[in-house]
Amino acid sequence: MVALAPAERAAPAVAGASLDVEAVSHAFDIDGATLPVLDDISFGVKPGEFVALLGPSGCGKSTLLRLVAGLEPPRSGGLREDGEPITGPFPSRVVVFQDPTLFPWRKVWDNVALGLEAQGILKHQRHRVDAAIDLVGLSTFCNAYPHQLSGGMAQRVALARALVNDPKILILDEPLGKLDSLTRITMQAEIASLWQRSGFTTLLVTHDVEEAVFLANRVIVFSDRPARIKVDIAVDRPYPRHRGDPKLAVLRRNILGLLGLDATW
Amino acid sequence: MSMYSASKTVAFPQSAEEGAAFAGRPLSLPTWFLASGTALFATAAWIGFGLSCLLWKDLGDWSRTDALAIAAFIIAGGILAATASGKWLGRFGTGLQARAPWLLAFGLFLTLWEIATAKFAWLPLPFFPPPQAIIEVYTDDLPKLLDSVFASVKLQLGGYAIGAAAGFLTGVSIGWSRSVGYWVHPVLRFIGPLPATAWLPFAFFTFPSSWSASTFLIALATGFPVTVLTWSGVASVSNAYYDVARTLGAKPSFLVLKVAIPAALPHVFVGLFMGLGSSFAVLVVAEMIGVKAGLGWYLQWAQGWAAYSNMYAALIVMSLLCSGAITLLFRTRDRLLVWQKGVVKW
Repeated sequence: MVALAPAERAAPAVAGASLDVEAVSHAFDIDGATLPVLDDISFGVKPGEFVALLGPSGCGKSTLLRLVAGLEPPRSGGLREDGEPITGPFPSRVVVFQDPTLFPWRKVWDNVALGLEAQGILKHQRHRVDAAIDLVGLSTFCNAYPHQLSGGMAQRVALARALVNDPKILILDEPLGKLDSLTRITMQAEIASLWQRSGFTTLLVTHDVEEAVFLANRVIVFSDRPARIKVDIAVDRPYPRHRGDPKLAVLRRNILGLLGLDATW
Repeated sequence: MSMYSASKTVAFPQSAEEGAAFAGRPLSLPTWFLASGTALFATAAWIGFGLSCLLWKDLGDWSRTDALAIAAFIIAGGILAATASGKWLGRFGTGLQARAPWLLAFGLFLTLWEIATAKFAWLPLPFFPPPQAIIEVYTDDLPKLLDSVFASVKLQLGGYAIGAAAGFLTGVSIGWSRSVGYWVHPVLRFIGPLPATAWLPFAFFTFPSSWSASTFLIALATGFPVTVLTWSGVASVSNAYYDVARTLGAKPSFLVLKVAIPAALPHVFVGLFMGLGSSFAVLVVAEMIGVKAGLGWYLQWAQGWAAYSNMYAALIVMSLLCSGAITLLFRTRDRLLVWQKGVVKW
């Protein structure tokens, strides 16, 4: 493990929670054989930090996010949110998945309202739904059905559906992976400014090195499956960042080297 | 490629509506004749039908021949008037224009039917009654026919509602709970494929009345497809939906009511449609064998008395009712499933 620099940033009002991943190992049983996925992963995330998890495709990053979300318990080790063990899903940790997975039978407004409705507090909190839809700029599409939205709009709705819960940890599982490159660039900037304004802790799984160094103040690089932490790099650049920043370019090149891909760059 | 076709498509009306707009412009008489030609032929066909009633003497003793001829002339006049004033009638006029070929075909069919039965008996007579004989049933035997319709609808509605509700609940339970599935699935596999009519003897001596026995059979015929399709609908809901709902704080009841059931609804409607079809079959058989009321019983009775015109009259009513029930089901589905793309039109 190479820790290049301590992660620091001028934080706004910190609304995020800390996250501790302690010696987590995980495996899947496939046809009787055990397939190890995560191998002794430990790291901590400070409140309000933006951490990107980078690694080769299929290395187990998304599995780690499922464990953080509480959708599955780990085989060994433990996870803590603000010091409390994570035992199941809770709306303080919400996930935006690679597919928007909007409920096709619900209109945009009702999709965003899902979390508040599930928690039984929608009746008195309807303004929060409107605010979240406003935040992602889709107020005019409240009454649209998901099949009427473009990919980028659908992913914005998914983002609003997560943000309406005022999460302490926002878990982003390659949320921009399937978008076209222009929409992706726009939404990267939106995510960065949303995170800066609200101060939640963010965990982003991505395989896009540029996205990782542009958004995060820490990039954790994983090895092939079973995933181990290869390196934990601080991205010590102020926000708002610029894609052309030469320091980010150097960082990007270093990380591509760690992934064995620097030859083509 | 597209440039060539674009220049071609401008000249011709692309749909019935555009065609009507085309016809609505001030046009010369021959052009108007071309645009509404089919409607004019339809008018002619209905006049022909009326004349065919009057030109020859009936071979049998039917009281409604003249009335039928007058009705045919009125319809012919109606078609002509509507065609002439097409541009003032708006949607109705457009609809008429689109259906003109059908009006023509129907007029021709009735003329042929009239001539082949009442006038020359090319088709053997008691078995193939003319149109006026069937009209006579509707005017003279109306109370009995209405009673039968009422009895059938009552029986069908009760049985179908019970079967659909039971099938839906069973399907959701099997799809959702592993232990319910363990116990119910084998029973379903054993009993479900059995045609509901095979239960007839059992049902008629087990149940206190033939009405409750028939309700049970109709419910059974409805319940099986509804159960299986609801179950497969619930089972095929993507895990991603549950993951999303769970991370947002959903409890199990929310997952069933707000995720599993709405996601399964398209399948449920396929089951309801299939159940409706098989329940019609059971309804008619049950009425023919056990129940002393309803359209099935009316059919049986008419056949027993060699009242073939009554039989045809009842068949037409039955067909309208079944088709109406399916239309109603599809309308309901279209309302509930507006979120789906490209649903089949009935």
